[in-house]
Amino acid sequence: MPDTIPGSLRSYLHGLPGVDEVGVRRRAADLATRSIKTTAKRAALDLAIRMVDLTTLEGADTPGKVRALAAKARRPDPADPTAPPVAALCVYPDMIGVAAQALAGSGVGLASVATGFPAGRTPLEVKLADTRAAVAAGATEIDMVIDRGAFLAGDYGKVFDEITAVKAACGDAHLKVILETGELVTYDNVRRASWLALHAGADFIKTSTGKVTPAATLPVTLVMLEAVRDYRAATGRQAGVKAAGGIRTAKDAIRYLVLVKEIAGDDWLDSAWFRLGASTLLNDLLMQRTKLGTGHYGGPDYYTID
Amino acid sequence: MADIPPRIPPRIPPRIPVRRTYKLYVGGAFPRSESGRSYPVTSSAGVHLANAALASRKDVRDAVVAAREAFPGWSGRTAYNRGQILYRIAEMMEGRRAQFADEVAAAEGVSAGRAQAIVSAAVDRWVHYAGWADKFGQVLGGANPVSGPYFNLSQPEPTGVVGVFAPPGSPLLGLVSVLAPVITCGNTAVLVASERAPLPAVTLAEALATSDLPAGVANILTGRLAELAPPLAGHADVNALDLTGAGALAAELEALAATTLKRVLRPGQDDWADPDPGLSRIRPFVETKTVWHPIGR
Repeated sequence: MPDTIPGSLRSYLHGLPGVDEVGVRRRAADLATRSIKTTAKRAALDLAIRMVDLTTLEGADTPGKVRALAAKARRPDPADPTAPPVAALCVYPDMIGVAAQALAGSGVGLASVATGFPAGRTPLEVKLADTRAAVAAGATEIDMVIDRGAFLAGDYGKVFDEITAVKAACGDAHLKVILETGELVTYDNVRRASWLALHAGADFIKTSTGKVTPAATLPVTLVMLEAVRDYRAATGRQAGVKAAGGIRTAKDAIRYLVLVKEIAGDDWLDSAWFRLGASTLLNDLLMQRTKLGTGHYGGPDYYTID
Repeated sequence: MADIPPRIPPRIPPRIPVRRTYKLYVGGAFPRSESGRSYPVTSSAGVHLANAALASRKDVRDAVVAAREAFPGWSGRTAYNRGQILYRIAEMMEGRRAQFADEVAAAEGVSAGRAQAIVSAAVDRWVHYAGWADKFGQVLGGANPVSGPYFNLSQPEPTGVVGVFAPPGSPLLGLVSVLAPVITCGNTAVLVASERAPLPAVTLAEALATSDLPAGVANILTGRLAELAPPLAGHADVNALDLTGAGALAAELEALAATTLKRVLRPGQDDWADPDPGLSRIRPFVETKTVWHPIGR
């Protein structure tokens, strides 16, 4: 159910406190210097693996590739059964059937992008049909995109209503709302879009589609983590954050975990409340994990090419 | 009118010499060690010359990543182009001859004339291998006779990332003698310079950086052999090792290399000094690819 917002949506969103851009960057850069070693690093790597939404969103995706990735999602490191499975597999809607079959009984979630991903420039009926079809095919999580054009033009009501309608079409499936922060230009806009999506009923707010540069950055994720933290304080409902795109190394992933802990708090340090959308990241996490076990640096020759 | 005080000539402060910082060479850049450490380097007579960067095992890892990234580009160059670039390195070294000669004389404790001869030999080594770049393939490969109407061709291809331990006693000529053959055939290298005399290696890195050699093809680390060698030898993304300068560590490193099936060259102490090494240092760092062509004759 969408929250009722006192007064006009516009005056509400523009009444949110502005973001101190320099301060946010400094804080994110500061937290990124934190050193995570030995046992803490091991725990962080395993947690990061459990938070990965293993993603393939290419025009060239084939059923074979999706099945291969599903096998990797279930058991990321075939040589080491102690490596945990990832949180979910994220695919285009036409691949849900293949993915659902390959993931059956594994406990790994199945996320599908919908609503005219990645641009989101289709009529509402098409977006809703896209969503319903994805849920019917077996998706447990829906990654929708907002209409950035409408948002930037100030038509907040349209964006709000779309999210509400898609949320209703999702049924039991979790709804992740992609803000595409790379196109929102300012941190103030990121904060407004975050609150807008949360009030409209988003279960997760997600940084990017991965198709636009810049994708996820630490400062943007920091602003979004503040939003979910403050939203829970204001309404009592907890929502999650997904950072997606451009996170390629284990070091990067651990920096995001530090951010989650310091900004949102321990409650968010769980795959139910924080996700990392990535494809190449998983290999680096596994490589670092193996390094901790064997003491030797690994090489990409020893991991699958996705 | 009051007396004008005599004008005091301005005191010109003595000029402070601009000293060079000796850094690592990784991925085409000159970073300090990730650890922030350095160590004093002395001449053969025990006089302090400079401080060099004391690389850590994380620098080893960064260097291997840089070498791996550079590998597709460098191995994909035509052999002719690699030869041109190697010759260009010789040209760049020639331009810094005086600097190299001074450093060699200080490091090895030899006369100025001997130092000049060593620099000349090092420059000639690059020219020697520049010539080999587009010729070793014909010697190590070729058409194989087969009992059928087919073509069957063998061709040497670079092994990949090679870890190289430079001879400790010859910081310039020895280093060039082990580095040049490795990159001649399209490999990329992570080289650990002489621990006692690393300064010529850093100067060579500065020559490499201005020779059209793509970033990451040669990466040069200075520091303690005992600290840098094991992580390099155990690194799964290193495909081969040249243990020329590994000294007493060689056996241990060979065992580490075996865990990931690396190719290992473990030559005698002074093998690098041969002025005409032929293919003895290229052959260990290539893999032979053989292809059948179904239509021949």
